[in-house]
Amino acid sequence: MKYSVKKFIGAIIMSYMDHSATSPVDPEVLEAMLPYFKESFGNASTLYSLGREARTAMEKARKQVASLIGARAEEVYFTSGGTESDNLAIKGTISRLKGKGNHIITSAIEHPAVEETCKYLEKIGYTVTYLPVGEDGIVKMEDLKESTREDTILITIMHANNEIGTIQPIKEIGALAREKGILFHTDAVQSVGKIPVNVEDMNVDLLSISAHKLHGPKGVGALYIRKGVRIDPLFHGGGHERGVRPGTENIPGIVGLGKACQLAEENLYENMEYVASLRDQLIKGVLGSIEQSFLNGHPTKRLPNNANFRFSSIEGESLILQLDSKGINASTGSACSSNKLEPSHVLMAIGLEEVDAHGSLRISLGKENTPKDIDSSIVVIKEVVERLRSMSPLWCPGGN
Amino acid sequence: MYSEKVMDHFSNPRNVGEIEDADGVGTEGNPTCGDLMTIYIKVEDEIITDIKFKTFGCAAAIATSSMITEMALGKTIEEALKITRNDVANELEGLPPVKMHCSNLAADALRAAIEDYRKKQT
Repeated sequence: MKYSVKKFIGAIIMSYMDHSATSPVDPEVLEAMLPYFKESFGNASTLYSLGREARTAMEKARKQVASLIGARAEEVYFTSGGTESDNLAIKGTISRLKGKGNHIITSAIEHPAVEETCKYLEKIGYTVTYLPVGEDGIVKMEDLKESTREDTILITIMHANNEIGTIQPIKEIGALAREKGILFHTDAVQSVGKIPVNVEDMNVDLLSISAHKLHGPKGVGALYIRKGVRIDPLFHGGGHERGVRPGTENIPGIVGLGKACQLAEENLYENMEYVASLRDQLIKGVLGSIEQSFLNGHPTKRLPNNANFRFSSIEGESLILQLDSKGINASTGSACSSNKLEPSHVLMAIGLEEVDAHGSLRISLGKENTPKDIDSSIVVIKEVVERLRSMSPLWCPGGN
Repeated sequence: MYSEKVMDHFSNPRNVGEIEDADGVGTEGNPTCGDLMTIYIKVEDEIITDIKFKTFGCAAAIATSSMITEMALGKTIEEALKITRNDVANELEGLPPVKMHCSNLAADALRAAIEDYRKKQT
């Protein structure tokens, strides 16, 4: 590996295992960005050489992003990140198709950037169908077929889930959307750079990308908009990004996104295989050594870097903080860890009881993790789970 | 988000466990909400001579349980009954607002344990 995010804090070695939250910027990405903060600081809209330099860098990045997802450069629009891309795709489509229909279809397990946007649209008079998912976290094509209506104007279903890593049948969904003449958006924030994403194969019209999930910087993303698809902008301004996303372009960020996409494309299959082997090692080790531990989500149709466990009789926030004190960074879907004090809607949608959602642990790996990290994590997770269980009035060894 | 004292009691909780021949046992909370705690007390001459807890819940739930065992140990039943949720939170140098209601159950669990003790006396 070219670099490591391990930090030594006292005797503790930090193992970062929360790549679905964010990922460390690759040093090559940072290197590529730096000149655009310094000597090449120009505004891409200006005519003189400094501006042209910025514009050239931006267009190179556009090609790099397009190449990773099998698109044409002119179909890539830069944004401030995944949330903006999702909002732009959904609200931009709705606005453009005003009067053409009132119905949107999404899934019950979307990221809040899509889920909350849909809830907002309901408030202003649209009808939204939230497709349920099975225990495996996957939407059923029959449900989708049944829910399409004459006035359906948009289907928005994520590619890979941010909590349980489940991968949806995007190609089939896209084919159905096309057959019915409905626009199709997918939030691919978690999948781009981790598994193959090809907008042609997947039959998508709009696709959201975020840089910081693939070793790029925070605050930058992109929206793929299929040629011929027209959407309205969220902002109005100086006509940047062909009027779809006005605002002076974040050139260092865009360059970073481009570089991250280039690196992801070059190493895609190698990284997939490597990270999946770590994940399988982790799943085997955890389920094999900790009693009453379970895997949430689909056993195989999931991101190569995602493992989502649940442990009976313990609560996730405690688990995360204890793991942190032992050098492991991870996440939970427990209500107690959220500001709203509600359990993860994803874990509820796959049929877990609230008490089980409390004991969930998401580990999302990255290319800088090592087999040795995994071995020591298994030991630490077991130790922490057992410690919390020894304090829990719910814990009953041998079966609850 | 948590004070150092909360993190200390969460990481090194005092008086974890059960008392087999407890004079009073009190449970508060609900696993669905993510917090459930049981407090066990031994009482001699109206003084709490031993206290232990078991808690399922977040860091605040564990820390408040641990904290109250320290606050109540050696106190008379009357004194212990006066300990409020706010007293526990203050002793921990504060709790995040969102945790004040849902996880700050230790005072209630202690009160339940004392009521149980009194019931057994009559």
